[in-house]
Amino acid sequence: MNFLNRIVALDRRWVFLFLFVVVSMAYLLRNYFSVDITVTKEVKSIYDFIEKRNEGDKLLISFDYDPSSLAELHPMSRAIMLHCFRRGIRVVAVTLSQYGAGMVEEILREVAAEAKEAYGVDPQYGRDYCFVGYRPYPAMVILGMGENFRVFFPRDYYDTPLDSIPLMQGVRNYDDVNAVIGITSGTTADFWIVYGNARYDMPLALGVTGVMATDYYPYLGNAIFGLIGGWKGAAEYEKLIDRSADANAGMPAQVVAHLTIVLFIMIGNIGYLLSRKSTNAVS
Amino acid sequence: MKRRVPLIIVFCVSLFMVIQYFVPLDSLERVYRSFLDYTIIIGVFALLLGIWSLCRVNYDKIKRKSENWQYAIITLTGFFIMTIAGFLSGWGRTDNYLYQHLFSYVLVPIQATMFSLLAFFIASAAFRAFRARSLLATLLLISGLVIMIRFVPLGFLSEPISDLAGWILRVPNMAAKRAIIIGVGLGAVATAFKIMLGIERAYLGRD
Repeated sequence: MNFLNRIVALDRRWVFLFLFVVVSMAYLLRNYFSVDITVTKEVKSIYDFIEKRNEGDKLLISFDYDPSSLAELHPMSRAIMLHCFRRGIRVVAVTLSQYGAGMVEEILREVAAEAKEAYGVDPQYGRDYCFVGYRPYPAMVILGMGENFRVFFPRDYYDTPLDSIPLMQGVRNYDDVNAVIGITSGTTADFWIVYGNARYDMPLALGVTGVMATDYYPYLGNAIFGLIGGWKGAAEYEKLIDRSADANAGMPAQVVAHLTIVLFIMIGNIGYLLSRKSTNAVS
Repeated sequence: MKRRVPLIIVFCVSLFMVIQYFVPLDSLERVYRSFLDYTIIIGVFALLLGIWSLCRVNYDKIKRKSENWQYAIITLTGFFIMTIAGFLSGWGRTDNYLYQHLFSYVLVPIQATMFSLLAFFIASAAFRAFRARSLLATLLLISGLVIMIRFVPLGFLSEPISDLAGWILRVPNMAAKRAIIIGVGLGAVATAFKIMLGIERAYLGRD
């Protein structure tokens, strides 16, 4: 077997090993190099939307992801909530993922504490944010919330009747929040578009994983007013709110991983083209 | 009768859902809201059915010692431990120490690890399958490379590459995806009509 054939038929374990080494190195050395982030207009439009809201306006944020995509979607959740708390926007949180409740409860508490430390605001549960919890069957829950949040969530996550929560008084359905932001890693994004936006016509923005992002570009400008895709999108949002955190810290590893994949694709193609050329020459 | 009654129910309910969507009457809205309540009840029973099915299938697997039956033990053990932990004081909320810790320190790392493996498989698959074998494959290859390279800081090249990646996503990608979505949408309408009119009956099962 000649060198070219060896490259083309490289054992995948070498690819795994190489990727592991470079990503580990990039993550360990993340403090020594930074990635210049260009902000895209689909991310900027979400930032602008929140920026233009008045203090006391309300957003419904749906955290529809599970621990498998926590690393990718938590940074954008944090960045958006921090921005809301900084601007005095009230947040109604919900999760349509069966694993989401624990994560959402945790992130709400953490971000509220972070906002206090970073911006000197003190978001209070019930006044500035609340968490209504989880219910199964996302399509049905989205339709139900369009009629009245209390159809599926008569009480919040902590068993408090929704009408006893100051933030939820007067909040009946999507008409009473300024927009819905769905941060999602699965088909729930489609449900938000089809059953949420198409039926109830509320302003909708999505935060999705990197691999999902291309699927939702067709809805930009009509069904959704903004889109945040993966770590890159989260890093853009962090740049907009001027707070470098998890997404920016992870960008070097992501860049190196992409470069490695690009490198392997190029090596594979060079090997393929040269081996094809030599095969043609022989025949 | 066994098939006719479900077909009549499906026809009436789907006809109502179509009408209430296009006719904004309060009376229709009220019925629609009660339908949403029904879905909660049906959902709860479906959940119980799912739990029963999970236990039954895995129990049978263990009983018959079929292939990989050991995994069924792990599934059932995990299921019962999480259920018991959830029913302990706190009912699955954060004040439930055991449940929350099982979630944070067992489930989260397991799922995160599984998802992380994706990067390795993508790298390997891209290396093997992304070959410029034809014109279309080459176009796909170039588009994929541009989309990936946009993350990489390349000095003065970063901005044009980012613009090009944005154009690929917003123009050809959007056009192709919209065509697919419209096709799927029309297909979904046709399927819905087939179910409504009783032409498509697969959901009734074989009996």
